[in-house]
Amino acid sequence: MTETQEKAAQGKRSRLVSGPGILLVWLYGVMSVGAVSRSIYQIATEFDRAPLAYGLSAVAAVVYAFITYTLVRGGETARRAALVCCAAELAGVLIVGTWTLAEPSAFPDATVWSDYGYGYLFIPVLLPLTGIWWLRRSRAVTAAA
Amino acid sequence: MLDALTVTVSVAALALAAWCGFAAFRDQPTKDWHFIGMAVVTFLVLTQLVVGIVQLVRGEKAEEGATIFVAYLLGALCAVPIAGFMSLAERSRWGSATVAAGAVVLAVLEVRLYDIWTVG
Repeated sequence: MTETQEKAAQGKRSRLVSGPGILLVWLYGVMSVGAVSRSIYQIATEFDRAPLAYGLSAVAAVVYAFITYTLVRGGETARRAALVCCAAELAGVLIVGTWTLAEPSAFPDATVWSDYGYGYLFIPVLLPLTGIWWLRRSRAVTAAA
Repeated sequence: MLDALTVTVSVAALALAAWCGFAAFRDQPTKDWHFIGMAVVTFLVLTQLVVGIVQLVRGEKAEEGATIFVAYLLGALCAVPIAGFMSLAERSRWGSATVAAGAVVLAVLEVRLYDIWTVG
């Protein structure tokens, strides 16, 4: 296979950011920037106040940044990695959301995932669902092509 | 001055969101007119950034701290242009939807900016 053909084949297979994907990657990008800058600031300035909350925010930030990267990169491996991370993200939102409601005293300050992402218009809980839908659908399209 | 600008930017951002959302609804990509709209909104945010920094330099204090204030101003400045460039890469209704989402994000940032600046 020549280099051009290889590139063409990759191009076909790796586009996770076409159509609705572009909106998804934008939202993940926004969440990444928001969560990363928020946790850098919090950990740098007042980590001792709420180590658990800020630690969890940092985990969320890493997950968001990684999903954004895999979506932009594309390809089957990236698609699977993104799918796993979206599931982890959904689990994180549900667990942390329940945890913050059940035991508010453990959280002197909010995390990104507090109250199921209430402070972020519930985007944290809606985004992984949309992401999983889109990533599963991309596989179906790729398989059909 | 700053509060008036914050309100103006929010309204302009919501209008842009509605406009591009309508384009997405009608299955249209972003067009020249949309880009002019984005430029107007971005110019307003740029003005806000300059005015905000001038206020800080003149010794006024942001309630939640100058660092967060400036970080949000810069974030607000980037939101619409980045979404605009993404809509250039995706010439379909989803490009328009992305700009609409970017404008909504900007409006949310403006609400946060108001909180950050104002003693409350």
